[in-house]
Amino acid sequence: MSPREIFTLRDYLGPELKGRTISDARQVVSLTDILGETCLADRLGELSRRSVLLAVSDQLISALAMTEIDGVARRMLLCPPDLNADHIETLIDDAGIDAVVTDEPARWANAGVYLVLGAHSPERAAVKARTERATEWLMLTSGTSGVPKIVGHTLEGLTGAIVADGPARGAPPAWATFYDIRRYGGLQIFLRAILSGGSMVLSEPGEALADHVARLNAGGVTHISGTPSHWRKLLMSGSAAGFSPRYVRLSGEIADQAVLDGLRHAFPEASIGHAYASTEAGVGFAVNDGREGFPSSLLGSRDGVEMKVEDGSLRIRSTRTAHAYVGRNAAALADADGFVDTGDMVELRGERYHFVGRRGGIINIGGLKVHPEEIEAVINRHPEVRMSRAKSRKSPITGSIVVADVILADGCDMGSSGAIREKILAECRAQLPPHKVPAMIKFVGAIDITAAGKLARSDA
Amino acid sequence: MRQIATEQQVKLPPLDDDLSLHETGFDSLGFAILVARLEDDLGIDPFTISEDAAFPLTIGDFIRAYENVPA
Repeated sequence: MSPREIFTLRDYLGPELKGRTISDARQVVSLTDILGETCLADRLGELSRRSVLLAVSDQLISALAMTEIDGVARRMLLCPPDLNADHIETLIDDAGIDAVVTDEPARWANAGVYLVLGAHSPERAAVKARTERATEWLMLTSGTSGVPKIVGHTLEGLTGAIVADGPARGAPPAWATFYDIRRYGGLQIFLRAILSGGSMVLSEPGEALADHVARLNAGGVTHISGTPSHWRKLLMSGSAAGFSPRYVRLSGEIADQAVLDGLRHAFPEASIGHAYASTEAGVGFAVNDGREGFPSSLLGSRDGVEMKVEDGSLRIRSTRTAHAYVGRNAAALADADGFVDTGDMVELRGERYHFVGRRGGIINIGGLKVHPEEIEAVINRHPEVRMSRAKSRKSPITGSIVVADVILADGCDMGSSGAIREKILAECRAQLPPHKVPAMIKFVGAIDITAAGKLARSDA
Repeated sequence: MRQIATEQQVKLPPLDDDLSLHETGFDSLGFAILVARLEDDLGIDPFTISEDAAFPLTIGDFIRAYENVPA
């Protein structure tokens, strides 16, 4: 393949599109001029054919380094900010890493065998970058325990859904996401911003939501994505009032009817879509009709994605799935036919499939099974409820029972919580078999969300 | 117990010490809920703390399990 046919991020960054920017809470960088600049002090050439660990604390410098390194390095492993330091050695070993790009070179000095390149704010480049190869993109799964798996993608696969959607109509969008862009969901949005010729406003860890929303407005954000948990948090904060995006996207967790309706109410002008994607299976589909679940007509083959349901879980085969787990003892990513088992369990109700939970997240109550997500979906339907988490509690009698933590919506009087509890339980009893009805409901002020933007399910 | 009975739509017979737990109409889920709620109220779960706690057969046994927990 001649370099001309290799597709890289550089191809979408030219001086002809004026006014493109990428920003975080500290700086705004022009994307229009970025091809003439370097974050790597003109040492990009040294990364040629290398397997690079991108370990930069800041998202903005990471983003710029990705655009610079793509097409030059052999592979690039993206380190999310919450990566457990104990796992780094294993990951370096498994991915065959021989270079580190970092804003903390001192921390890597003792790693010895590696080439360590400092990453900085962009400055004028003396050397023009040249595309040499299609870089393999490596990402980490966001599982809760153990060493994360390394998942191998190509840029072509990562951007398959974006290219299939075609260019956005009208002015190039300004994208934002609550995710970190070193995770699959966030990277999708960064890639959308780059491929669409638009701009990007990054999230900032620890930033107050009101300040984040002020930045979204200042950056003219038109398209924005997050998990249902991110969105519930925004809806709870009261900060959504001054914000009116054109497109609101949910992914990464089950989008239940309550959060879709809440967003519809908060953003009456926006189109609201929930997308199905995972680090391994890539982007499956997006649903834009405002209803939970997805039409059963999406099964089969469409737009280059084949989907089927087997043993209750969604399976996907497409060019957008990862091509492999990387590492010496890596398991097979797909089955013999090339289908990736997403581990997401679905149930057909009428003409629509509904996500009911993760295969591994099942709670066992004396032999009867329940997904916490099914219970949360029923609880979240109450207008008084903003967010809930069902979880297992040990029981000497049945092994486990189900209990639920609930956050009430703004303006709900805690004094009437007894009545609300009764209402929620009555609804659960009407909708769910007895073992799925929470034995106890506790009203809480906060529910933990992981760094990947999902409900923390420590028991699952 | 009455509250859980209402929630579980179980019709409770008159409760006394000699009534067997089986006759209360509670299933294991009902007892699991009862034990969990008592643990929240009393701070103890005699069936988990004690390794040799015999599973109670009657209401009286059940109450004694709670009375016998060392303070």
